[in-house]
Amino acid sequence: MFDYAQAAVEGALAAGATYADARAMIVRRQGLSCLNQNLDSLDYDENAGVGVRALIGSSWGFYATPEPTEAAARAAGAQASAIANASALAAGDPLQLLDVPVVADHYETPYEEAPFDVVLSEKADLLIAATGIMQEVPGVALAEARMRFWDTEKYFVSSQGHRISQHLVESGGEMAATAIGESETQRRSYPQSFGQFETGGFEVIRRFDLAGNAGRVAEEAVALLTAPECPTGTLDLILESSQLALQIHESVGHATELDRILGWEAAFAGTSWLDLAQLGTLQFGSPRMNITADATLPGSLATFGYDDEGTPAQRVDIVKEGIWVGVLSGRDSAAIAGLAPGGMVRGDGYNRLPMVRMTNVGLLPGESSLDEMVSETKDGVYMATNRSWSIDDRRLNFQFGCEAGWEVKNGQLGRMVRNPTYTGISPEFWGSLDLLGGREETSYWGVPNCGKGQPMQSGHTGHPAAPARFRDVRVGVK
Amino acid sequence: MQVQETADRIIDLVGDRAEAQVSVDGTQHDLTRFANSFIHQNVGERGLNVALKLAVNDRVAFATSTRSDEVGLASLVEETIHAARLRPTDKDWPGLAEPAAPVEPARFEAQTASATPDRRAAEVAAFIAAGNGLLAAGYFDTQGGPTAFANSAGQRLAASTSRATFDGIHQTGTSAGAAHQTSADINDVDGSGLGTIAATKAKDSAITRHLEPGEYEVILSPECVATIMFFLGAYGWNAKSHLEGQSFTVLGEQQFDPAVTIEDDYADPLAVGLSFDADGTPKRKVTIVEAGVSKSLAHDLRTARRAGGESTGHAIPGGDAFGALPTNLHFRPGDRSVVDLIGSVERGLFITTFNYCRILDPRTQVVTGLTRNGTFLVEGGEIGGAVSNLRFTQSFIEALSPGRVLGIGDDARMADSEVGPGIASAPSVHLAAWNFTGGAQG
Repeated sequence: MFDYAQAAVEGALAAGATYADARAMIVRRQGLSCLNQNLDSLDYDENAGVGVRALIGSSWGFYATPEPTEAAARAAGAQASAIANASALAAGDPLQLLDVPVVADHYETPYEEAPFDVVLSEKADLLIAATGIMQEVPGVALAEARMRFWDTEKYFVSSQGHRISQHLVESGGEMAATAIGESETQRRSYPQSFGQFETGGFEVIRRFDLAGNAGRVAEEAVALLTAPECPTGTLDLILESSQLALQIHESVGHATELDRILGWEAAFAGTSWLDLAQLGTLQFGSPRMNITADATLPGSLATFGYDDEGTPAQRVDIVKEGIWVGVLSGRDSAAIAGLAPGGMVRGDGYNRLPMVRMTNVGLLPGESSLDEMVSETKDGVYMATNRSWSIDDRRLNFQFGCEAGWEVKNGQLGRMVRNPTYTGISPEFWGSLDLLGGREETSYWGVPNCGKGQPMQSGHTGHPAAPARFRDVRVGVK
Repeated sequence: MQVQETADRIIDLVGDRAEAQVSVDGTQHDLTRFANSFIHQNVGERGLNVALKLAVNDRVAFATSTRSDEVGLASLVEETIHAARLRPTDKDWPGLAEPAAPVEPARFEAQTASATPDRRAAEVAAFIAAGNGLLAAGYFDTQGGPTAFANSAGQRLAASTSRATFDGIHQTGTSAGAAHQTSADINDVDGSGLGTIAATKAKDSAITRHLEPGEYEVILSPECVATIMFFLGAYGWNAKSHLEGQSFTVLGEQQFDPAVTIEDDYADPLAVGLSFDADGTPKRKVTIVEAGVSKSLAHDLRTARRAGGESTGHAIPGGDAFGALPTNLHFRPGDRSVVDLIGSVERGLFITTFNYCRILDPRTQVVTGLTRNGTFLVEGGEIGGAVSNLRFTQSFIEALSPGRVLGIGDDARMADSEVGPGIASAPSVHLAAWNFTGGAQG
């Protein structure tokens, strides 16, 4: 496979590229989906080929082919250079690439149980059993359970001499119960909505204990139908850790992507409210806020050996004691900003141009606990598990809906409330963070569906988070 | 190997061991992307994508692959059969589509499918130039080629499609304006004209004032209306959602204003896309809402079997768990100009683009999102200046309910910039009320 990728690079250089790199990839994906004890979807995908990017002047040219021959790879390289050349009709300043160590290396995701080796019947039985337990609860209309696995082989070659192979294994899934009322639906899911995903094998699924949580999930979904509405007003807000993970993803992760800050995503995903001139001085949040982007965390979804530019996985401080200190970057964007490359450029398969992507962007643990947060809250709401998310194109104004909420009155967790929502402005919201859970309550949440780029790419990102309390937040948005 | 031969070869490889259906997509795809007024990412890809679904005694497996050589196809078939044999039976497996006469193919323009990077770059340069120094960003996307379908019941279908989409903004530093165009024919795309539209909106919204949140009368652009239709379609007109009780749709009931008629029609002159679905069912025109009355849903074979009806040709690849999706939606236009619509507003807002819409509950269709790329206050029948972007929390079904649609424009066009190109055409629409719940700046 290295020779296949090398041919693509040589093809690009021969056609005029000043720099070229190529990824030959084989990605296998398996998905199972179960509804009300019926396995309604079993799908398998094998995606293989080579994608080559060629730099000429201010533009990347990129071309991909699934044809598994060196001749096809070489032709793809030539085509990538031809595409880059066409960009001269609307050219900018020449793009520079920062150097990273040129290495020959191999990285392998640690895992215990190869997910594709586990027999299908065992996987199906797990899902069918979980949905069966949920269906036993009166009032549950839809009991769903899913799991997905990826096995990725990646061979990276650059015109500077990189030769890096990686074998990444990712696993995850979820279950959800839906109760349907006269005019609305209510849903509870586990471990989180849209699934929890990690690097690792089938042991990830076993750890979930779907059957052990199915009854509770189902009972909560039904109870939500008759629960009172979430209170409306400005209250203290305690977030469960998977919801806080998505909050970090949307309002910190995307906001600190350097390609957004530089305007490269302006038309679609948007830009950022952050200005590079304020890096190192801007108060992003409260002093309890410490955010890192760490691609080396064992088991987290965005953990790898090298990014798709050959930059080693690393930990980068993004927010330190509330001050904005870092960005998510690649070799080209970091060169423009005058920063070190962060190793955060990845592509979704062989046929997509690598771009700045979050790694494991999350909060370093605090010293509090969920119990302490509740006991120290006089009037507030505890919200758990995301149901909807929306944020503006500068990543400043957000509104989230959660699956379930609970009143917090005078230090006690009270009634469950339905349709909980909250909204805010990012620096004000993060500035109101006053209690943060500790290491023992921190989870590495994984998001496997981060949309960005054109053509659209789906990224895999990780987000360490613990429960946290925010003061005076607008909740119950109507 | 070409698409039809590849599809036939897979059916041969399966033989009588399973019921099988296969789609082979030979579409080529190229996209030129620009930001900060220059092309920064320019991409292309070629190759066949194979999607195989088969059932061994009602044990169903679905697989996709980019490998189309003999070894790759044989491997795909053997592994999919192996997977199907190991799984439980699927009680809702509807069987294969019976052979049916093909319908008229959708529009295909070879020039679009084979557009060169130079052609796309020229239109991008024209868009940038029309901004006269404003900062431009966006993309020009062309794709096209053949797709073939075959199944072991004898159904054979083939068609070629093409689509060109230009979507761009101009930015002033304090504002942005957008323009969007989708057509089966690249010759319809006018980079310079689109650049002028985007630049005008950007300049007109450069100075904004703050507006208090609350309920306002609105004129929604075609882009906003297309976004609304996508949410209604995915969650409400999807027959699977309806069978599960998650849809808002009550067939035969006046759920929308009498001015609203919505159809799904792949053969509409504005439409792009295939004339058959992933099950191999030829698409049929579906009147979803007629004069405000909910009439029909989008079905695939699976939902049609459960509902006791016929598929309408709306299966999507790998969509068994999601259901059927209407992908050629058309909100039928009225006869009023946009100027006339604006002229009838005493005090309200003209919204040019929605951003980041997300649904809170599929049944109530309560959606939150923001305005973007130009939001204008209308006073005394005239646009009176721009306001800052606003956040809304609004039930889409309620917004279009009887008595709430005050006028429909005559300006229908492909306008699906937020939810993906090629899915919907829509006109501007004048609504009695829209619930804004906050400002984007706080």
